[in-house]
Amino acid sequence: MAAKTLAERILSDRLGREVRADEYIVSPVDVVLLQDGTGPLAVRVFRELGKRVPVNPKRTVLFLDHAAPSPRQELSNDHRLLREFAGETGCQLCDIGVGVCHQVICESYVRPGDVLIGADSHSCTAGALGAFATGMGSTDVAVGMALGETWLRVPRSIRVQAIGKLPVGVSAKDVVLHLIGLLGAEGATYRALEFAGPVVEALEVDDRMTLANMAVEAGAKTGLVASDEKTRHFLECYGRAEGWKPVAPDAGGAYEQTISIDVSRLAPTVSLPHSVDNTATVEEVGEVPIDQVVLGSCTNGRLTDLRIAADILRGHRLHPRVRLIVVPASRRVYLEALRQGILGELVELGAAVVTPGCGPCVGVHAGALADGERCLATTNRNFKGRMGNPNAFVYLGSPAVAAATAIEGRIADPRKYLK
Amino acid sequence: MSDTLLRGRAHVLGDSISTDVIAPGRLFHLRSDLPELAKHLLEDVEPGFAQKVAPGDFLVAGRNFGLGSSREHAPTIIKLAGVSAVLAKSFARIFSRNAINLGLPVLECDTSGIREGNELEVDLETGVVRNLSRGSTVAFPSLPPVMRRILADGGLAAHVKKHGGFALEG
Repeated sequence: MAAKTLAERILSDRLGREVRADEYIVSPVDVVLLQDGTGPLAVRVFRELGKRVPVNPKRTVLFLDHAAPSPRQELSNDHRLLREFAGETGCQLCDIGVGVCHQVICESYVRPGDVLIGADSHSCTAGALGAFATGMGSTDVAVGMALGETWLRVPRSIRVQAIGKLPVGVSAKDVVLHLIGLLGAEGATYRALEFAGPVVEALEVDDRMTLANMAVEAGAKTGLVASDEKTRHFLECYGRAEGWKPVAPDAGGAYEQTISIDVSRLAPTVSLPHSVDNTATVEEVGEVPIDQVVLGSCTNGRLTDLRIAADILRGHRLHPRVRLIVVPASRRVYLEALRQGILGELVELGAAVVTPGCGPCVGVHAGALADGERCLATTNRNFKGRMGNPNAFVYLGSPAVAAATAIEGRIADPRKYLK
Repeated sequence: MSDTLLRGRAHVLGDSISTDVIAPGRLFHLRSDLPELAKHLLEDVEPGFAQKVAPGDFLVAGRNFGLGSSREHAPTIIKLAGVSAVLAKSFARIFSRNAINLGLPVLECDTSGIREGNELEVDLETGVVRNLSRGSTVAFPSLPPVMRRILADGGLAAHVKKHGGFALEG
């Protein structure tokens, strides 16, 4: 048997036969994810297919997260459609406040070795647990619900080998932004990005999710990390240790490309408008005044992220120009950050904490920008119009950069606050 | 005109046209009213864009067309606006899969010689774009067989209904 990449390993195990890159397959689907922006269309297509109940309702999960709570009547009606569909079919409903789909799916649903399809491009996030997870449109997902399977081209893989030691003030977000800058926004189209090496092995799953989440920003079909002891620990924390199994690539698998990144040499990195691959270090960006800072989302809204920001902000004030919006990735993160006093500190500083969800990131509500404004966000996209206004400018960075920026009112280097 | 021969005018766009400008997030509430959303097609690139598209016209773009969100509403409103095919130097993965699922041809070809308003004829059978205004032709590679089958059946939902599941082999 030929040595396999992680993508080939997961899909071969799941199909019970050996599959190779470039092969077209029909794969079983273990977990299906829908959200309130794409779910209503998927439900309509599903019904058009003449189906009443999905093949696996227990693992078909509907999230009301993109417009949560609903800011207007049209979206309230969409929410009702999804609630009623869940009620009729036994599909799982994660109503407003539960959290961003990608976070909750990792906390509560997906297991290493699963195949997950999601009607959301950042569905690749669950690849951080060693699942083959990929984003698709509503029709593909409706068909996956109806048939319990999907067609895939087994992707070629790019191995990202992260070595060295993360400097103070540099995190997984900086690594992945740097990588996207190297690859370009279409550098990994149709490929799996396989994150490996001692740095990735040492990262907690929370941070691995940041890597996998942004794989699609280089065009990738999925971002994958092997399932190991860290993965087991993560599942244990959410009471799901029984779902753990190790999943790893073989030594000597066929990679289209291996990119080695010595993280010791990285600096805090940001993406400039209007493209994620338009990256620069904080030292290179010069003076960029910022009006709004968004800390949170499925990319960087986990406990570690909120704590890093709170630690930097402690003893400082928000810059008078800056609005700080905090979006915990899920209710569980929200509650734990409350218990630990992190959110209390942030609110006392002047932060507005909003319902766990996607509103500000995707420009639906809870943080749309005014004409000409600039925002530094820990989210994953900065395309024109992304945060609700085509005449505004979005910069992406880590939670540490977000915190330093909130203090200084301009894109700032967090390292001086960490000495 | 046969189903495989398309004719219309070119609307030329640049590189990296994201689904955030095709179907903006600030219009999220229109996703269950697609004819209304279609009126706003690409308006953040050019106000009034949808109004200048005539039935059968083509979108002609540069690299990585359709990057970003998986929102199928993006290719849906392109189709609803009357566009018969999208030509680009390259496409983002989810967008191209969505477009095929909806029966909207996405053709990867060298679009650099096509100018705004050029009259094009696209032969889906032979894989040729004829630029009638400039007297030039460019070829495009055929889609993978799986996608050709889905497109030939009129999209993925129609394919699944016709065959009772995936019939992608052979």
